[in-house]
Amino acid sequence: MHLSFKKLRQTLIVSLIGELDHHNAVTVREEIDRRYSSSGARNLVFNLEKLHFMDSSGLGILIGRYKIVSAMGGKTSIALPSSYTKRLIVLSGIHKIIPVYHSLDEAVGGDRP
Amino acid sequence: MNTAKIEFSSCSENEAFARVAAAAFVAPLDPTVEELSDIKTAVSEAVTNAVIHGYEDSVGKVFMELSISGRLLTIEITDYGRGIADIKKAMTPMYTSKPRLERSGMGFTVMESFMDSLSVKSAVGKGTSVLMTKRIL
Ligand SMILES: Nc1ncnc2c1ncn2[C@@H]1O[C@H](COP(=O)(O)OP(=O)(O)O)[C@@H](O)[C@H]1O
Ligand SMILES: [Mg+2]
Repeated sequence: MHLSFKKLRQTLIVSLIGELDHHNAVTVREEIDRRYSSSGARNLVFNLEKLHFMDSSGLGILIGRYKIVSAMGGKTSIALPSSYTKRLIVLSGIHKIIPVYHSLDEAVGGDRP
Repeated sequence: MNTAKIEFSSCSENEAFARVAAAAFVAPLDPTVEELSDIKTAVSEAVTNAVIHGYEDSVGKVFMELSISGRLLTIEITDYGRGIADIKKAMTPMYTSKPRLERSGMGFTVMESFMDSLSVKSAVGKGTSVLMTKRIL
C-alpha cells in the first residue's frame, strides 16, 4: 500500500495505491490524518483510481476520515473508484454521505478559487 | 472433488495471504474478475474477523478449508478464539463490537452479499466457523 498526497488550494488529495485491508489500515489512517492536519487543507479527496483491493476495513477508514474532515468544516469526496470498490461503497450506503465522482476534477470541483 | 486445507497464524499479514491462496485455488474454474474480487473480499473479511475478534491480542491458528465440486466453491474459515455470544446481532449490518478501531460493522454483510451462501457457527470461549459457498458461472 502506498499513499501519495497533493494539495490544491483548500483541498488535500490522497491517492491510495495498492490494497487496503485491516493489515495496513492503521498506517494508512495515521498517515492521512497527519498529512491532513499539517497541510492546513479543509477538504479531503480520496483518489481510488489505483486502489486494486479494498474490504470493509477500508470503509471504516473512509467514514473515520469523513468525521474528522466534517468536524473541521470541510468536505470529503471519493474519486474514481473501480466498479468493484464502488459496489462495496454502495452496499455500505456511504455514498449517501460521501459523494462519489467519476473524475478527479469533479471531486475537487467544489473547491474553486 | 478437489480440496485444500491451510493453517496459518492469526497475524494480519496473513489476511492477504489467505485471499490470494483462495483466488489461486479457484483459478482452474476460470472465474471472472468480478467473481475473483467477490471471493477475495469475502475471505479477507472472514480472516480479518478471526484475527481481530476471534484472537484479539493473542496469536492463534486460523484454518481455511477449500473445496470445489463441479463449479461450486466452498470455503470454511475457522478460529478457536473467543466466539460470538449473539450471532444474529453480530450479523446485523453496521454492528461492530469494536467501534474504537474504526471497524465499519459491514464484514458479515459483505460476505453475505458477495457469496451465494453464508452460515456462521460459534460458541463462546470455543471459536467461530464461517462457511461460504459460491457457484462459479
Ligand atoms: N471470528 C469471530 N470471533 C469473535 N467475534 C466475531 C468474529 N467474527 C465476527 N465477530 C463479531 O461480529 C461483529 C461483526 O463483525 P463484522 O460484520 O465483520 O464487523 P466488524 O469486523 O467491522 O466489527 C464483530 O464486531 C464481532 O463482535
Ligand atoms: Mg469484520
